Formats: sequence, structure tokens, C-alpha cells
Amino acid sequence: MRQPAIVFPTIVFPLVLLAVNAPGLEEATRLPGFPTDSYLDFAIAVCFLQGALFALTTAGTELAHDVETGFLSRLSLTPLRSVALLLGQVAGAVTIGILGTILYITVGLIAGVSVSAGAGGVLVLLALSLLVCLSFAAIGALMGLRTGSGEAVQAAFPLMFVLFFLSSINLPRDLIEVDWFRTIATWNPISYLVEAFRSLIISGWDGGALWRGFAVALGILVLAALGARSALLSRMERT
Amino acid sequence: MSGLLVTARWVALRNLRHAFTNPALLVPSILFPLVFLLAFAGGLSSLQDTPGFDFRSGYTSFQFVFILLQSAAFGGIFTGLGVAADFESKFARRLLLAAPGRGGILLGYVAAGIVRFGFTVAMVTAVGLIAGMEVDGTAPQFAALVALAMVANAAATLYSLGYCLRVQSVAAAPAMQTPIFILLFLAPVYVPLDALDGWIHAVASWNPLTALLEAGRGFISGDPDESGVAFGLAAALVALMAVWAVRGLRRAEAGDV
Repeated sequence: MRQPAIVFPTIVFPLVLLAVNAPGLEEATRLPGFPTDSYLDFAIAVCFLQGALFALTTAGTELAHDVETGFLSRLSLTPLRSVALLLGQVAGAVTIGILGTILYITVGLIAGVSVSAGAGGVLVLLALSLLVCLSFAAIGALMGLRTGSGEAVQAAFPLMFVLFFLSSINLPRDLIEVDWFRTIATWNPISYLVEAFRSLIISGWDGGALWRGFAVALGILVLAALGARSALLSRMERT
Repeated sequence: MSGLLVTARWVALRNLRHAFTNPALLVPSILFPLVFLLAFAGGLSSLQDTPGFDFRSGYTSFQFVFILLQSAAFGGIFTGLGVAADFESKFARRLLLAAPGRGGILLGYVAAGIVRFGFTVAMVTAVGLIAGMEVDGTAPQFAALVALAMVANAAATLYSLGYCLRVQSVAAAPAMQTPIFILLFLAPVYVPLDALDGWIHAVASWNPLTALLEAGRGFISGDPDESGVAFGLAAALVALMAVWAVRGLRRAEAGDV
């Protein structure tokens, strides 16, 4: 937070992307079966995931920096519990992610987005966002600790970007005409995360979309956190 | 004159060797356009069913032209970014002292950018054809599309060089990319200009990249329209950015940063 030049663009960039993409894709709402008549309502869910993506790079880069500078090695000589260090780094990144989510909801509401699930839906949306930010930050931590290189964590950004674009972020899966793309989008966990966010805004309370979204986020969190903890223990092993 | 060309040749060769032997530079320059092509052409092809969408060569060809111009723009930016990296490693200062013709530095980067972009064009075209892209235009029309994208690439490289010669830091990359990114997406990316409504239609109508995009789509569909205007605009962009880059070079020579 003491580096606004880094934090500000990462939080604002998803809004810029939304502002230039949503009007261009407004025509998609005229497709038969499109779930809403406003592409802004459909697209704002992507911002929450992009915010989480920055939690990934922030947590990963910070931990990799601690490895690169030898700070982690020095910590291994102290009684500090490894989990506390991991939680501290992840919590910082998640806080920025959640601040971003609140900003996206606020800007969305001002721009005319209506949350069909109401005030309770906003709270669930924040809870899901928290879980997704945690999951992504844990992936970042895993990468940072395994590679010990900030550059390597940054290099993962394109990979995540690929996952984003090969999902249902731009159109509902049932409206994707190309078979191979629809298959990839169906297997891509990002689709379920974005669909859970989207359901609260467009459909109201869609239990199916919500449980799939929460389950995917929780699954990623458990796997990534276990991996990160194991990597941290290896890094802090006293020899 | 020969000093200029000698400098250009060595700068271009150095840049190309660095680009083609460094996977961290090579992979993203190929991967990003391919992902965008697959994501847009595959994921958004239903848009060709919307009322008012009348592009006879299909959605993959429609998106291919945008991806080509986008790759031209970002390829140029990344090529120019090399000069910022050279300043950070202090190599650029030595180059400025040693180069017999300093204008050749700009020329060398532009030439390297065009060769690098040519490689990207080959890859994206191959994948596009595999993905079912239809080219209804003739071979000269397709060549004109590639030539138009290469002129755009030269303009983007010069823009990036001018920027990097002023700030001399790789950290400037996001600030440099953002306006180009916005300009690209304020063109008719997903549907033709006529199908856009509201403020985006007004903005896209005035966006110079729209002319390039529409001319490119005309070439690929074998129905070229206003291609002279597009080439004229692209040439004007190159001239404008050349002035920007040369002034940046003068500032760097004077150590005015």
C-alpha cells in the first residue's frame, strides 16, 4: 500500500478493460439465449477474477523476493512459524484484492449494474471474492517459493491469461459455437469461478453455479496452500 | 550515409540475435497473438450471427486482421523496449558514443521489429489457416494486408523508441502500453463499425486504427475499401512517430532525461 504506483494501476486496469470491452461486445446481448440485455452486467464478473490474478502475482513476487534476498534464510534461524510468514504475505495480497472487489462493485453500481441477488448477494460475492483471492494468492505463493524467482512468477502471468481467455469470460458456454473451445471452457476451472460471480449479478440465487464456484475456489486453495506449505518447509529447512 | 546503414545493420542483428535466442522474449511474442486469435475467433464466433454482421469470410478472418494489427502494435512496443533495457545495462551510452550514425540506431530497431513481426505473421497465419480461416482476397491483397500491418509495426516501434529514449527504464512498459491497448480496443474489434451503437461507435469512427482495421478486413475478404486512406494514415503515423523518436534520440544524446 506504500507503493501506490504499483497498486493503483493493478486495481484500476480491470475497470479500463471493462470500459473498452463492454461497449464493443454489447452486440452479443442480441444473440438468442443471452442471459441479460446489458453486457456490462455480464462482463463485470471478469473484474473480480482479474483482481484475484493480481493477488497471485503480488503474493508470489513478494515471497520470491524474500527468497532472492536471503530474508527467508535468515528467518529460518528465528522461532517464527513458517505458516505465519505464509499467511502474512498472502493476507497482504488478499487485502488488495478485496479492496479491488469493493471498488469494482461500487463502480459497477454507479455505471448501472444491478445485482439480482440483492444486498445478500453482494455479501456472498465478497465472500467468494475473498476465497478466490486466497486461492490465487496461494498459487502465487507456491510459485514464488518453488522457483525463488520474481521473474518466474511474472512469467506465469501469460499462462493465467491464457486460462482466462479460454474460458466462458466473454460468452456463456452454451452460446460458444466452436466445439473444441466449448470443451476447453467446460474443463477450465476459471469458467466456474466467473459463472458463480455472474450468477449473483444476472440470475439471482443460482445454487448450482454458486456451489460449483465455491467448490472450485476451495479446491484450488487447498491444493495450492498444501503445495506452498511444503515448498516453504523445504526452503526453511535447517541444514 | 554508410555510417547510418552500418549502425542500423549491427543494431538490427544484435536485436534479432537477442530476440531469437531468448525464449522469454520469443515465446510471449508468439503465444499472445495465438491465444487472442483462438480466444476471439473460437470463443466469440457466435457474434457473426448477430443482426448487422455481414463479413463474408467468416469470424476467424474477421478477427485475424485485428490480431495482426494488435501483434504489430505490441511487437513494435516490445522491440523498442530493448533500448530501455540497453540504457539500464549502460550499453546504450556506449552505443551512442561508438555509433558512426546515431540515426541508424532507430533504423536498426525498426528493421529488427519488422523481421520479428514477420515471424509472428507467419505463425499466426499458419494457425489461422489450420483453424479454418478463409482468405477470399487474392495473394497481392493478402500481401497488402501484411504490408499495412508492417507499416503499423514500424510506427509502434518508433513510438516505443521515442518513449524509451526519454524514460530509459523498462519499468515504463505498462504506461507505454496502456494508451495503445485502449486505442486498439476502441476500434471495431468484435463486430463491424456499423454494428456498434452509442459512444463507442462515435469514438471508433474517429479512431485512426479503425481505417487500418477496415482496410485490412477488406483485403482479406477480397473487397478492398478505402485502402489508400489506410496506407496514407499508416504512413502519416510513421512520419509522426519518426519525429517523436528522433527528438527522443536528441534528448538522450544530450543526456536530457
